[in-house]
Parts: sequence; C-alpha cells; structure tokens
Amino acid sequence: MGGTLSGAVALVTGAGGGIGSATVAALIAGGAEVIATDIKAPPSGTLNLAQDVTDEAGWAELADIIRQRWGRLDCLVNNAGIATVSTIEDNDLGSWRRLMSVNVDSLLLSCKAMLSLLRESGKTRAGGASVVNLSSVGGIGGAPFMAAYCTSKGAVRLFSKSAALEFAALKYNIRVNSVHPGGIETAMMEDIVDAYVALGAAPDRATARAGVDAQHPLGRWGKPEEIASGIAYLCSTASSFMTGSELVIDGGFTAH
Amino acid sequence: MSRLAGRVALVTGGLRGIGQATVERLLHEGASVVVADLDESPDGALGQNSSYVRLDVGDEGQWQATVAAIQAQFGRLDILVANAGIGGTGPIREITLEDWHRTLRVNLDGVFLATKHCADLLAQSGRNHRGGASIINISSIMGLVALPGAGPYNASKGGVRLLTKSTALEFAASKLPIRVNSVHPGFVETPLLMATSDANALAFYTAGTPMGRMAQPSEIASAVAFLASDDASFMTGSEMVVDGGWTAQ
Repeated sequence: MGGTLSGAVALVTGAGGGIGSATVAALIAGGAEVIATDIKAPPSGTLNLAQDVTDEAGWAELADIIRQRWGRLDCLVNNAGIATVSTIEDNDLGSWRRLMSVNVDSLLLSCKAMLSLLRESGKTRAGGASVVNLSSVGGIGGAPFMAAYCTSKGAVRLFSKSAALEFAALKYNIRVNSVHPGGIETAMMEDIVDAYVALGAAPDRATARAGVDAQHPLGRWGKPEEIASGIAYLCSTASSFMTGSELVIDGGFTAH
Repeated sequence: MSRLAGRVALVTGGLRGIGQATVERLLHEGASVVVADLDESPDGALGQNSSYVRLDVGDEGQWQATVAAIQAQFGRLDILVANAGIGGTGPIREITLEDWHRTLRVNLDGVFLATKHCADLLAQSGRNHRGGASIINISSIMGLVALPGAGPYNASKGGVRLLTKSTALEFAASKLPIRVNSVHPGFVETPLLMATSDANALAFYTAGTPMGRMAQPSEIASAVAFLASDDASFMTGSEMVVDGGWTAQ
C-alpha cells in the first residue's frame, strides 16, 4: 500500500526557481534521483545541468545523458516557464513568440525527446511513468494584462490532456497531468507584481499585492512547498489512476 | 508512513468499496478512524485504531448523536470523508419522486448534514495543523459530465461538487481552518458496481476509460489521503479527478 517515489529517476526543468527548487527537494526527500536543469545549472539536484528548454538539440543531448546513466525516466516535470505583463496593444510579436517558445514549444520538445526513456519506465514502473506539466490558474481563467501568459498556460492544460489520451491509446503506460498553482511566493510572482505597478495597473506594490491576496479565499499566497507536494503526489505511484487531470492548488482562487 | 499520526477521521460508507479502502489507507498513515455505515459491521473486522458507528447519513438526529459520540470519545475531529452514496438511474419520465428523493437524500443531504454537524469540531481541531482540518467529499466524474439515464445520480454528484466549493469559500471567508475539496472517481471496481453491472456495462466502463481499465478502490483512497494531509495545505475548493482520463476527452 502507499505509493512511492523511491528509486525514481526524475527530470525537473526550471529547477532554479521557487516551485522548481522546492520540487527537486520534495522528490529527493521521497527517494528519487533528480536531474535538475535551468538556464543556468541549479544547485540542488542529483545531477545539475544548464538547459535552454527551447533548444531541440539540447533536449537530445540531455536524453543521451539520462539514457547512458539511468536508461529510463520515471518522472518528467516540465516546470520551466516565464511570464510577461503587458497590454495586448503593446505586446510585441517577438515577446509573444519568446513566451510561447518557453512555455509551450518546450512541452513538445520535452515529450518528444524523453518519450523513449519514459516508455522504458512505463514497461516496469507500477502506476507508469509520470509527466507533470506546470500550468496555472491562468490556464483556467483569464487575467488582465496577461494575455500571453494565460494563452500559453491554457495551451499547457490541453496539451497535457491530449498527451494523456494519446499515450493511453498507445498503451505506453505514461500518465500526463497538469498542475495549476494560484499565486505563489516566488521571484516570478514578485516580478509580476512589479510589472503591474510599472504598467500603472496598480498604484503601488502594496495595493497590487493586496489585490492578489484578495483573489485567494485562503487570504494568502501559497508557498512553493505546497505546490511541490502536489507535483510529488502526481509523480509517485500513488496517483496511478490519474491521467489527463488538473491538480488545482490555488487556495480557492478558481472556486469562485 | 505516519503523515496522519494522531489525527481522528470519520469516513461515511466506510465498510465497503472506496470507503473501506479509504479507512485502510488512513489507518495505514497513522490516523484513528471512525467508520460510519448503514450496514452492521462484522465484529472485530475493522482492526486497531478504528471503531464503528451505525449511521444513516440522511438522518439529522443520527448525525447529532454521532458527532456527540466522537466529541466524547476523542474530543476532536481532523478529517471528514463524506463518502456514503447510492446509485440513481432510470429514464427521467419513469423515475418516481420517491426514487429521486432517495438518491438526493443520501448523496446530497448526507454531505450537507456531515458538513453542518462536523464543522465545529473540525474547526477546533484544525487549529492544530499547518494545513487545517480537511473535508473530502466524494463526488464522481458523474458530477462533471453526464450519462443518459443517470439523472438523479448526476444531479446529486454535481450538487456535491458545488456544495464543496461553496463550503470551501464560506469557511475561508470565516477564517475557519477547514479545507474542503471534492474527489471525482471514474469507474471503480467496488463490490456495489461489480454486483450491479452486467458484462456490457463493465465493457463500457473499461473501453470508455482511456487507461483501458477500471480503478481499484485503493487508487481513490490515496487521493483522499493526500487531501486529508498537510501536503494539500493550499488546496481548498478544488476537484481532484481520478478517472483514468475519462473527462480529459
């Protein structure tokens, strides 16, 4: 009984950020070996590597490294992502494409490059291999001045469902789910607040923060660890019947 | 694993199927469990750290007695799993009002009464945990999508979904340390479903599930245990869908 991460081989992208680093810690605490990547190599994994998730050749190299050392991949956490705050009127196409490349193109590249390693895991791992894609409450509802971000996170949500159904249809024994955090105490979230103020959408930081607080019925932002625990659950064998699902961890944000 | 050590849980419909698996899982994680069911419990079958109470979840007087008994025995309640449920199918033009009420009484009144009467004790106990007390209401994928001929069941489980969200928001607004979430299982190999389904029905459940199989009760119980624990401390008003991909389509 139970469900486990023990002995699992996991890859976490964006592992230098708040949710990413907490996820690496949670997976290691559960007994996994973690390949941690970010645009600059993060400090916290079993193996730490620099990776640009928009670079297809880099994905192939990473797959080779994992194949040679472990021969399989049990958990793939596509966490790397960026956010921009802008009016639609001022959102230039270059910035838009950059965001889509990091937040959406990366999922295709990741799943393509890692598929054979995930399938290897699926042959033997109870509950199958697990892919966890970081969407957002912004992938469920819209937000002003965040059209690009919400568009990308909505895409993450439905890419995840489609991949879940495809891998199930192909009998790969690879589960795919999305995680939807609300506002979390991370550098990215602080940057978003700053950008709202810079845009004139809020008079000052305190007002902007209070506005975000008020959207969360629990009255606070989440902590990275509170997302990492959900990701760890989806990575573990305990979630063996979950695929194509959305795990919403948002302090009630989307319940109202 | 002792993630729930020292906690007291109440599981309605706890003798069979998802309820039974949930009781086993919560016990395994260190909780003491009060098993409530309409059926009588075989003596000594429940194991250490569990006790049995006979409960008709649609009867308000029995709820008052049950909560008073838990208060007297434990002085606390950390986890409420409102799992008791019955079916409710048939052509809408042929279902009697009594049939309709029978389903709604157990599946929806039962959740309302559970929440109403356990809330005070949960709020007290919830102050002792980082993640507060936790209510887990068992809805269904049939609370998210419909099937023809499942009117009462769909209505009851859809009701559970939004009662859950409303309660989550109300308790948050009132600063009560109780999180409230719903679980939405797909088709599960429970004794009830297996006994009431013919070969065609079982083939439909299996073929209609992208994973190509039905769930084991333990695969739902693990989700309930996750929501019950502090690992889910930022989750309230959420739906945990455990359906092998049924609603992703």
